[in-house]
Formats: sequence, C-alpha cells, structure tokens
Amino acid sequence: MNPANYLVLAAVIFTIGAVGVLVRRNAIVVFMCIELMLNAANLTLVTFSRLRGSLDGQVIAFFVMVVAAAEVVVGLAIIVTIFRTRRSASVDDANLLKY
Amino acid sequence: MTVYHDSFPWLTIIGLIPLVGSFLLLVPGFADLAIKRIALLVSLVTLGWVAVMTADYNVHKAGFQFAQSTSWIGQFGIRYAVGTDGIGLVLILLVAVLVPVVILASWHDAEAARPTATSVRTFFSLLLAMETLMIGVFAATDVFLFYVFFEAMLIPMYFIIGAFGGPQRSYAAVKFLLYSLVGGLLMLAAMIGLYVQSVHQLGHGTFDIFALEKLHLSTGLQDWLFLGFFIAFAIKAPLWPFHTWLPDAGAESPIGGSVLLVGVLDKVGTFGFLRYCIPLFPSASKTFAPYVVALGIVGILYGALVAMAQRDLKRLVSYTSVAHFGFIAMGVFAFTSQGGTGAVLYMVNHGLSTGALFLVVGFLIARRGSRNIDDFGGAAKQAPILGGAFLLAGLSSLALPGLNSFVSEFLVLVGTFTRYRAAAVVATVGIILAALYVLIAYQRTMQGPLKAGLEKMKDLDVREIAVISPVLALVVVLGVYPKPLIDIIKPSVTATYDRANRHDPAPLDASACPLPGGYDGTGKTLPDFLTPAQYAAVKQGACS
Amino acid sequence: MTYTAASGLFAATWLLLLFPLVGAALLLLGGKALDRAGYQFATLMPIASFVLAVVLFFHLKSQPTSGRAVDDHLYSWIAVGGFHVSAGLLLDPLSMIFVLLITGVGSLIHIYSIGYMAHDPGRRRFFGYLNLFVAAMLLLVLADSYLGLYVGWEGVGLASYLLIAFWQYKPAAGTAAKKAFVMNRVGDVGLSLAIMLMFATLDKVDYAGVFGGVHHIGHADLTAIALLLLLGACGKSGQVPLQGWLPDAMEGPTPVSALIHAATMVTAGVYLIARSAPIFDLAPEARLVVTIVGAVTLLFGAAVGCAYDDIKKVLAYSTVSQIGYMFLAVGLGPAGYAIAIIHLVAHGFFKATMFLGAGSVMHAMDDQVDMRRFGGLRSVMPVTFATFLMGYLAIIGFPLWSGFWTKDKIIEASFDKGGTSGYILGICALLGAGVTAFYMTRLMILTFFGKRRWTEGVHPHESPVSMTAPMIVLAIGSAVGGFLLILNGGVQHWLTPVLGKSAEEGVHTVNGTVLTIITLLVVAGGMSGAYVAFGRPTVRIPWTPPQAGAVVTAARRNLYGDAFNEAVFMRPGQYLTRFLVFVDGRGVDGAVGGLAALVGGTSGRMRRAQNGFVRSYALSMSLGAVALVGALLLVRFG
Repeated sequence: MNPANYLVLAAVIFTIGAVGVLVRRNAIVVFMCIELMLNAANLTLVTFSRLRGSLDGQVIAFFVMVVAAAEVVVGLAIIVTIFRTRRSASVDDANLLKY
Repeated sequence: MTVYHDSFPWLTIIGLIPLVGSFLLLVPGFADLAIKRIALLVSLVTLGWVAVMTADYNVHKAGFQFAQSTSWIGQFGIRYAVGTDGIGLVLILLVAVLVPVVILASWHDAEAARPTATSVRTFFSLLLAMETLMIGVFAATDVFLFYVFFEAMLIPMYFIIGAFGGPQRSYAAVKFLLYSLVGGLLMLAAMIGLYVQSVHQLGHGTFDIFALEKLHLSTGLQDWLFLGFFIAFAIKAPLWPFHTWLPDAGAESPIGGSVLLVGVLDKVGTFGFLRYCIPLFPSASKTFAPYVVALGIVGILYGALVAMAQRDLKRLVSYTSVAHFGFIAMGVFAFTSQGGTGAVLYMVNHGLSTGALFLVVGFLIARRGSRNIDDFGGAAKQAPILGGAFLLAGLSSLALPGLNSFVSEFLVLVGTFTRYRAAAVVATVGIILAALYVLIAYQRTMQGPLKAGLEKMKDLDVREIAVISPVLALVVVLGVYPKPLIDIIKPSVTATYDRANRHDPAPLDASACPLPGGYDGTGKTLPDFLTPAQYAAVKQGACS
Repeated sequence: MTYTAASGLFAATWLLLLFPLVGAALLLLGGKALDRAGYQFATLMPIASFVLAVVLFFHLKSQPTSGRAVDDHLYSWIAVGGFHVSAGLLLDPLSMIFVLLITGVGSLIHIYSIGYMAHDPGRRRFFGYLNLFVAAMLLLVLADSYLGLYVGWEGVGLASYLLIAFWQYKPAAGTAAKKAFVMNRVGDVGLSLAIMLMFATLDKVDYAGVFGGVHHIGHADLTAIALLLLLGACGKSGQVPLQGWLPDAMEGPTPVSALIHAATMVTAGVYLIARSAPIFDLAPEARLVVTIVGAVTLLFGAAVGCAYDDIKKVLAYSTVSQIGYMFLAVGLGPAGYAIAIIHLVAHGFFKATMFLGAGSVMHAMDDQVDMRRFGGLRSVMPVTFATFLMGYLAIIGFPLWSGFWTKDKIIEASFDKGGTSGYILGICALLGAGVTAFYMTRLMILTFFGKRRWTEGVHPHESPVSMTAPMIVLAIGSAVGGFLLILNGGVQHWLTPVLGKSAEEGVHTVNGTVLTIITLLVVAGGMSGAYVAFGRPTVRIPWTPPQAGAVVTAARRNLYGDAFNEAVFMRPGQYLTRFLVFVDGRGVDGAVGGLAALVGGTSGRMRRAQNGFVRSYALSMSLGAVALVGALLLVRFG
C-alpha cells in the first residue's frame, strides 16, 4: 500500500470540490463540493497520521467533521431561508451584500 | 532644570473642576438655563483657582512649580506628572480667562445651531471638557501624558465644530481632525523613538521630559525626532504651509469654538516648540531654526495678503492668525530672550486680540445672518459700541502701540533682529499688511453708506458688552502695563533657552573695538593681543 | 547729555498727558449721557494742560541751562534681557516748545470746534478723538525713549485716522483715512527698524542711552539708522515719496485739518529729526538726503498747490511744501535745527489761522470747497478775511510778518551750506518762495476778491464768536510770532542745550541783505504773476476749470503721485493677493485635497471588487492560496 496513492486521491477529490465550488451555481451543490474538499483534507490528515504513527491527525480529522457538521446545520438553514424568500437556490442571485 | 514639588495638587484640582462640571451637566434633569449658569459658574470657579495659583507662583524661581508626579503605567515608565513654569502658567491663565468669556458669548448658540433637547447640555459639557484638556496639555510634564491630552483635545473640538458649526461643518471638522491626527501620528512615532533611546541609555524607559532631555542623541537621530515633534506642532500652530485646515475650521466652527480653537488650542503648537522641541533636541533646533524663521516670514506675509482678499469675515480672521503664528514661531526660534518672551507674550495677546476679533465678528454675523463681508457696510452708525469694539480689537490685531499686541510683536521683532537681521526687516513689512487687512475689513463693514438689510441692526446688549469688555480691558491694560506677565514669562524662557544652551547675542558695540591701527579693519588680521570683547566686536562687524 | 530726575513741580509732567487722556476716555466710553455737556469738559482738558505747560515752562526757564532736561520716570514698561524701556517723560527745551504749541493751538482749535461742530450729531465723539489726539501728540514729544515716541507716533496716527474718517458715511472719508494710516505705517516700518538697529548696536532705545553711545556705532549702521528715521519722518510729515495721504486727509472736519494736518502732527517728522540731532550730526550723508527730500518736497507741494481749486487741498499742499522747508532746514544740521523749529512754530500759527479761515468760509458756503465758486467774500466775512490775510502775509514772507523772519533764515542757511549743493538747495528754496507767493495770492484772489461766483441759495455770513475768537488769536500769532521767536535769538539760545550750537554768524555765502532783497523780488514776482493771471478785472473765472497744458494737468493730478502708487503698489498688490488666494485654494489646499482625493478615488475603484458574487470571492481565495503556496515553494526550493 503506497500512501502516496491516498494523497493523490485526496488531491483529486479536493480539486473536484474546488472546481465545483467555483463553477456550480446551486447552493446545495456548492455545499456538497465544500464537503468534498473538507473530506479530502480529512483523508490527507488521516494518511499523514498513519504515516507518522501519531494519532494527532486522526483527532484533527474528528474536529473537522464536527465543524463540518455544524457548518452544514447553519449553512443549510441559511440556504433554506433564502430559498423560501427568493424561490431560488442560486448563489449568484444572493449578491445583495456588495459595495 | 529645577522642579519644585508641591504638596498641594494645584494643577490637578484646577484640571478636575471643569471635568466634574462637564459630567455634572450630563446629569439629566437640569433645565437649559440652569445648565448655562452652572457652566459659567464652574468656569468662573476655575478662573478663581487659577488666579489664586498665579498669585502663589514664585516668579523668582525659573523652574517648574506646583509639580506632582505619580506612577501611572508603571510598565512603560509612564507617569502622571504635572507642573508648570511661567510659559505654561500664562497659557493656563489665558484658558481660564477665555472659557467663561466663551461660555457667556455662546449663551444662545447651542440651541440656535442645533435645536434638539440635548444640544445645550452637550455643548456646554464639551466646552468644559475642553477646558480640562487644555489645562492638562499645558501642565503635563510627561511626554506621554502630554500626548494623551494633545490627542484627546481633538475629540470635543471635533464635536463642537461638527455638531454646532456652519453649513460646511462636517468637511471642516473632518479636515481639522485628520490634519491633527497626522501630526499626532508623527509625534507618536518620535515619542516612541525617544522612549527606545531612554531604554537604551538609562536602562529603564521613561517619558519624563527632564530625564529625556539629558539623553545623548546623535545628530541624525535628533533631526528626525525633532521633525516628528515639529511637524505635529507646526500643523497645530499652524505654520505655513500646514495652515489650510484653520480657515475652514475657524470659519465653520461656532463662535465660541473659533475663539477656543484659534485663541488657545493652536497655542499648543507654539507652546510645544518651546516646551518640547527646543529642550529635547537642542542641536536640531539650532539646525532647523533658520528654516523655521523662514516659514514664519512666509506665514506673516502670506497670511496677511490672503486675509486681505477674503470675503468671509471668519476666514479673514483665521488668516490673520496664520500671520500672527508666523511671528510667534519666528520669535521662538530667534533664540533670544526678547524673541522668546515676546513670542510667549504674543501667544497670550493673540488669544485676547483674535478672541476679541472673533467675538465681535460673531456679533456682527449673528445680526446679519451672513458671513459675507459684502453684506455689511456703514454698521458703525447703527451700532457704535459694536463698531468701537471691532476697531479696538482690530487695532490690537494690527499691534497698535499702547495695546497688548504691540509689546509682544515688537519684542519678537527686536529679538529676531539681533540674530536674523534680514528676516526681521522682511517681517516688519508685515505691519503694513496688518494695517491693510484690519482697516479694509473695518471700512467694508463699518464705514461708508449703510447697506440694505442693516437698518434694524441693534447695538450690543448687556450680555454682549459683558462678554467683550473684559477682553478689551485686558487688551488695553496689558499694552500699558505688561510687566506682570513679562516677569512671569521671561525667566522661564531664558531657562528654556539655557537648557538648549542658547543665549542672547551681544550688541554690536563698537566701544569694544580696538583702537584704530590695532587691526586692519577687515577682520582678517587679528593680532593675539585683542581681548575677547574686542575680538567679538571685530567679528560682528561693529568696527568697520 | 544728562537728564535730571524729575522732582518738585516737574514730577507733575505726566499730568499734561493725563488731562486729555481722561477727557478722551470719558467722552468715548461715557455714552450718550455726555452728548450734551461732554464737549465743554473736553475743551477744558487741553486748556488745563496748556496752563500747566506754561507753569512748567517758567519753572524750566528758572533752572540753570544744564538742568533743563528733566526726566520724569513713571514705571518700567518693558524689561526683557538687555531690552529695557521705561515709561518716562522727558521735559527739555525742545519738548517744551512743542508742548506749548500743541496745547496752545490745540486749546484754540477745541474752542473753534465748539462753534464748527455745534450741529453735528457726533460732537461728543469728535471731541473725544481730539482729546485723544492731544494726549498722543504730547506723548510723542514728551517720551524719553524712541519706543515711547513710537507709541505717541502711532497714537497720533490713530487719532488722525479716526478724525479723517469722522464722517464715516462718506466713502471717500473712509478711504482717505485708511490711506493715511497705511502710508504712515510705511514710514513706521522705518522708525521701528531704526529702533531695532539702535538696540542691536547699543542695547539701548532711550534717548539718554542712544545719544550717549552714538559715537560707538559704526558709520554704516549710524547712517542706516538716520535714513530709517528719515523714512519714518517722511511718512508722518507727508514728504516725498510718502506725501500722497496728506491732501486726501482733508476729508476730515476742518478743525482737524488745522490741528493735526497742519499745525502739529505732520510736523512730528521735523521733531523726530531734530530730536535725533546727535545721530544726524554724525551722519552727513543722511543729512544730505534729508535736505534733498525737503527741497524736492517743497517744490512738489508748491507746484501742485498752484493747480488745485479745492481750498483745503491747496492749503494741504502748502503744508506739504512748508514742511519741506523745515526738512531742508533740519537737514542742514546744527546750522538749521533751531531755524526749522522756529519755522515750525510760526507755521503752526499761520497755517492754523488759514485752515480755520477756510473752515469759516466753508461754514458760510454750505461746506463747498471749490474756490471757483467763491469770490468777493471779503465784504461779507470781514473778520475771516482779516485773519486770513494775516496768515497769507505770514506764509508768503511779507516783510515783518512771521514768514519773513523764519523762511528767509532757511533760504539763507541753505546758501550758507556752501558748495554746489548749497547753491542748488538755496535756489530751490528761493524758487519755492516765489511759487508759494503765486498760489497763495491765487487763493486769496479767488476766495476773497473779484466777482461773486456763488452757487444759488448760498448766503454767506460771518462765523460765530467761538470760531472767530481763536482765529483772531492765531492771526495775531501769525503776524508777530515770527519776530518774537527770533528776537535776540531767544529760541535758538533756548534750544542750544538740546540741538547744539548753531553755526557762527558771519560766514555767509551770499550777503544777508542782498538775499533778503532777492527773496522779496521773487515773492513779488509770484504775487504779481497771480494777479495777472487771476486778479485783473478783465479775467473771468469759469466754474469748470478750463483745458490746460500738460504741466498744469500733471499738477492737477498731483504730478501723478497717486497714479504712480496705484500702478506700482496697489494694482500689483491686488493681483498678488488674488494670485495667493488662488495658490492657497488650488496649490496648498489643493495638494492636501488632491492627496485625499487620490486615496478616496483609489479605494472607490478597489471596492468594485466586492461584487457580491460568492463564487468570485471563492476564486480569489483559491488564487490567493495558490499564490501563497507558490511563494512558499519558491522560497523553499527556488
């Protein structure tokens, strides 16, 4: 088992997530892409944790999961509220907060 | 420099009285009239205390008196240290005299400028807060404490201009604030530089001016630190070319604010030259002195010429102040006892004469509802007392002999003349221009046929006479008998220059010249047998 | 020169000043309550001073010659370092003469003003200003230091300003007053620089100190001091090139013209130079300049005086010209100081007489001043005519009248100066005498003789006693004053302790008697010229001045003096101020405003990046992260 493969996989997932965030308009999809990026990071953390024989990385991965969960709660709530008022889940439509 | 500590906290008490008054006014429940009366009373009590303190001041001790020092922020060696020499004392006296005058002069201004329920209490509370801060800034002997007062002073002034001023008030207030803050920033940097030096040289950091002036600073460092302080003070004073905030602020501020701003607040700049720049950076002061004198001259001529062309009465008075500050700066940096004493006396006199001028102009504007000089004309016929007050204030501003400003202006010129002859000659031309701007303004407002719209103009009422007469009385008395103030100021000025190791030049006295034949008249061959006095006389060109 | 400390009666010298000062303060601060009675009180004040002055005069006369300079030290005024000035009064023969002249003529003119200003609503203010003037003028001549003199010097300038602008609703009055004050200030710059130079060289500004140390000043500095003093004197005395304000000053009420702009204040320049005799004695080059200024001015004033039709302006230019004579004399040094002072006193009398006479005429003619509308007033105003005649005879130097004694002396002394310059100055003075006779005769003929050319509705009448009485007293002074002044060389001896000994008699360039005859011939020539031009029964004087040649036109415009000032100082000055206002707004403030605008503009453009699209923020974050990582890698491996 070559740990580099895990890292490559994480990079691929992260890139997919990043591109998704940048190109997709639907807020739910963007959200999922963010989750992808977070999980790519988690995968990297766990891989390095394994490589170095220390548990620190795995602990941090748990932290990330918790934060991600909290973020999803708040984020979905916002998205739902926006959808209710504007009948749209497009992030480009929610551009009132600007110069 | 001797510091005489005093067991009785004179300066602290004097500073606290208006502050307590200021907070007292904020207590809800007072009627507007009660607020005004309390404010006036508080300022008069302060004046009384200052008068008693002045009586207690020993003019034969040149050092700092009524001094007090307690640790404030121990980690950085910052102390609450106050004390005053003659220079600070006369300025504190000026503050104490002007604030009651301003309060009485602004009796109806607050509600007129801003008809809200809280405007009166805010305005007078701000005025009293200003008084505390102005006293503090002149009394501080710790650079950090000075800096705190120096910057804090901006806040009430900002609100006085910004909330109670004329149509362009927010522009003027922001401009005033930004200018002052930029200066303050430079001063802060220089102050930290000094602090770091004190850590290096003394082993512990301090902001105490008496300790800081003993530091050994290299020439280059001294120049930079000097410039940091100097520019802050030059903006505050204001010297040309840092002056353009003053006409805006002076014109847009309510009259009381203008009097305090130009009469007192700006003196912090010229006061700072004497209290901080010169003792802390003696060699840099010497290096830059010719340039400062040059700036002073430019200011004298430029301020006067621009004042002449102003249409707005308040801007006109503000520009005359630019000219006057030129005189003050020139006197300070002439490094002669006459120049320095004259400059400090000028600070006081300018506070009185320009204060009076602003007050009179304020009365005029209040009557006509316009600041434009073209809306006036022939007013002296309708309001002879107002006309007389205008003329007297104007004559004081143009330094008519027999009135207060003459003594100071002539001392400045004579003091400058003994060191920078050409500079004094050019500056003297300023007295012609001063006559022009005052008399042009007087002619346009007071003489000639009566302008339409002034037919119903009233003369000064009792309150207004009570406002202007003490100031004008001082204008006359200090012109005829300036000795008490000179006695307070002069030893401190000499002591300040001594700290910077500068002394009066000896007069060019040809009586010290060697007998004809003893030298070749060119000063080239100076035989060894000349006495020092003879040598000096030949060197100075007295033996041509 | 040593001054004795004042004791006994002399310690009351300061009362001389106090009386008019109290009068001024009371009338100006007293308000309307004093409108009715204030002027009487104010008139008493200079009279009180005059009485005291007479007492002091006799007391001073009773002192031995060496003890006739009494210094009344009041208090220490300014003392900073080496700069010590005390408020003190110096009563010596020179100041005594001036005190008598000021309080004497001043009192008479106060009395005259009672009648002249009887119907003016501003009477209280007028008398207050007059009192203020007397006080300032007394301070000017009594001060014991140059700085004290300077206070009086500008004090009289202020009083003059206030009085010229007395009828302040007239725009011309305000402008004339301003012009007077500002041109005086030009001179004052000279005076104050002279004081500074004295301090810088000697550490002293009081007379005793300066005159005691005058030998120690280098010659260049001494000449500079003398010339700066001269500049001050020119300003106050209306000498070329600062003559322009004096004729305009006639906008003020006529008693003011008589007192301030003829008899006393404008002669302060002569006083200053005479007082500074120890300085000028050692600066012959400066003295030469003084004589040149005097000679030029006396011709200038006389020439312009011929062309004006305004009676007061003619008298004003005549004053300019006569003071030119005094400058000429005083510039001759020890030979001329005393003569100048004598002529000054005589002039004070006869010029005041004529001004008061002119005021009386104006009073009768509804305040008209154009001589072309007078004529034939001799019969309706006999007293005015008779007194005016005395003044006229005095000024032209008619034998036995005062000018004959005093002006001739000046002409003689000019020739006696010797050398080419002596001849030139003497001929100028001689020529001036002829022109003076011409324009004064013209004035007499146009006003009092010939046909009545009055405008309709004017009913001239003789003035009230309060006006004619002072005129009569002054006229007697004009008639016999000159003779009394030179009798036995009395005044000259009196002044010797202050001004030094006059030149020895008997070194005349031109024989005295011959010169007198020549002078009289020149004067007679001037008179007959005027008669031929204006006095013959066939000559018609039109209301509007006829077209004239270039010379007369130039003279009517005061030889383009005002035009010159306007073109060289006023216009460029106005352009300069306008330019500076532009610079201040666009340049100095513009730089600051520009900086603010730059910051504001930049941030205004940069905030456009906040476009509200979440994805573009995300892109910039990603790019930022890439850039950061790239930079790290570059540092690590680059």
